[in-house]
Amino acid sequence: MSLILDKISYYYGKGTAFETAAVKNITLSIPDGEFIGLIGHTGSGKSTLIQHMNGLIKPESGNIYFNGADIYDKDFKLRDLRRKVGLVFQYPEHQLFETTVIKDVLFGPNNMGFTKLEAEVAAYDALKAVGIGEDLIDASPLELSGGQKRRVAIAGVLACNPEILILDEPTAGLDPAGRTEILNLLKKIHEEKKITIILVSHSMEDVARYAERIIVIDNGEIYFDDEPRKVFEHEDELKKMGLEIPQCTQLVRKLKKCGFDVDEDCLTVEETLASIKECFGIN
Amino acid sequence: MLRDITLGQYYPAESVIHRLDPRTKFLGTLAFIVALFLFKTFWGFLLCGGFIIFVTALAKLPIKFLIKGMRPILFLLLFMMIFNLLLTPGEIIGQWWIFRVTKEGVYAALFMGLRLVMLVFGSSIMTYTTTPNKLTSGMESVFGFLKIFKVPVHELAMMISIALRFIPILLDETNKIMKAQQARGADFETGGLIKRAKALVPLLIPLFVSAFRRAEELAEAMEARCYHGGKGRTKMKPLKYHLRDLIAYLSLIGLIVGCVFIP
Ligand SMILES: Nc1ncnc2c1ncn2[C@@H]1O[C@H](COP(=O)(O)OP(=O)(O)OP(=O)(O)O)[C@@H](O)[C@H]1O
Ligand SMILES: [Mg+2]
Repeated sequence: MSLILDKISYYYGKGTAFETAAVKNITLSIPDGEFIGLIGHTGSGKSTLIQHMNGLIKPESGNIYFNGADIYDKDFKLRDLRRKVGLVFQYPEHQLFETTVIKDVLFGPNNMGFTKLEAEVAAYDALKAVGIGEDLIDASPLELSGGQKRRVAIAGVLACNPEILILDEPTAGLDPAGRTEILNLLKKIHEEKKITIILVSHSMEDVARYAERIIVIDNGEIYFDDEPRKVFEHEDELKKMGLEIPQCTQLVRKLKKCGFDVDEDCLTVEETLASIKECFGIN
Repeated sequence: MLRDITLGQYYPAESVIHRLDPRTKFLGTLAFIVALFLFKTFWGFLLCGGFIIFVTALAKLPIKFLIKGMRPILFLLLFMMIFNLLLTPGEIIGQWWIFRVTKEGVYAALFMGLRLVMLVFGSSIMTYTTTPNKLTSGMESVFGFLKIFKVPVHELAMMISIALRFIPILLDETNKIMKAQQARGADFETGGLIKRAKALVPLLIPLFVSAFRRAEELAEAMEARCYHGGKGRTKMKPLKYHLRDLIAYLSLIGLIVGCVFIP
């Protein structure tokens, strides 16, 4: 199982006065089971790029291969791709339309040709995975809180049992507790179901903690594609793209500059705390 | 953002025609249409044709754009020309089965066709060079006299400009929701009529919900800024005539006079 983008480019408003290149000659390989963070400033082309991955946008040039098959071949079924590559859009709660939560979650599996039983099992599973309790299953999606709606929407995609799950800024507009919950949930799904996760974000903090690999995109081009520690070595270049490395990493680096013997590579608050404690000999 | 004003086929460029007052362009287009129906001879046609080419060049519009604008009326155009060609009585110059073509018919078809083409050219120059917002504010001012008859001119103009502003937003939104549902396996493209109509439900419901939400938010935002209709309201960018508008009006008068008096 793998997804490969081969030199893809895409322009919005092709042939008009408003033509903008949103993705420029990007080559990317997504192997099985990774947790990838896709990071870029507003307007850098993240949303455009990920829509190529399940065939919603057809690239102007370049090819996309899923398990070795070109997804724009005549006998390739895009629906299969869309089942296996789940895409949760930015503000996914705006796509809810059914009268009850469970019906909405069933929409995907039913479209994908699951049997009735399979669909229901998948839907209940997905709702449980995102932490929507049984009391809400028959509620109207429009009556839920923002965070609950977001979870239901994620469950709607998860219920198709994707092998790759792509989420476009799933934490945008949530409170800090809601953010952590959603991100922890993704981590749990990643570990339990062994699915590949691509997390789109413009917060390094979020991505640093969860992702094993970070892809930095700016102006439609990939600048870095590496493990978090390696990417964060390019602090100045990232700053030029309007991105900040995590604050804890900044802190330990400053401490190091001032002559303290701390570990420069700390990515999370816990690691930082441990490192500083060690340096000062506190337990 | 740029893509928000693509509606109404606005073509951004730096030109005298773009800078003209929207009232001038609106009234000018009307005047041009009147001129089109005044001339009776080939010379009048040359005059109007020359005028429109001159204005297009001034506006720095690619001819390609204007021709593209013709596409929707192509059918109507052919229809009218054929009818004129075949049904005008007069001196017969050709006959085939039940059809007869007359000299008068050829003239009528030719003039009708050319008039129609120029009419569409003329009005698309207006929409290509004026943003929808400017156009509505121009119309508000042109039709301002109707306020005496208690016609809510300002309110109508406001409604039109809000609607225009929202069309691209809603189109964007439609596109987004459509893709989101496609990602969940929705299929909008295949199947019979009933299946397709049913497939629209997951698109239309979220779209309506979001349209109502946006309308409500906008209404609240306007009230919070004390909007209460047109009375005593001033404009941030009041319309002002410049020398170029005077020149434009004079050349239009020249055009009409020319069309009336040309032999
Ligand atoms: N529907 C569209 N029509 C025209 N241009 C678009 C459209 N969608 C995006 N763009 C342009 O393409 C570029 C990339 O947009 P994209 O939405 O992929 O950015 P993004 O990285 O997802 O940004 P954000 O973090 O704000 O979501 C931007 O310059 C944007 O203006
Ligand atoms: Mg985006």
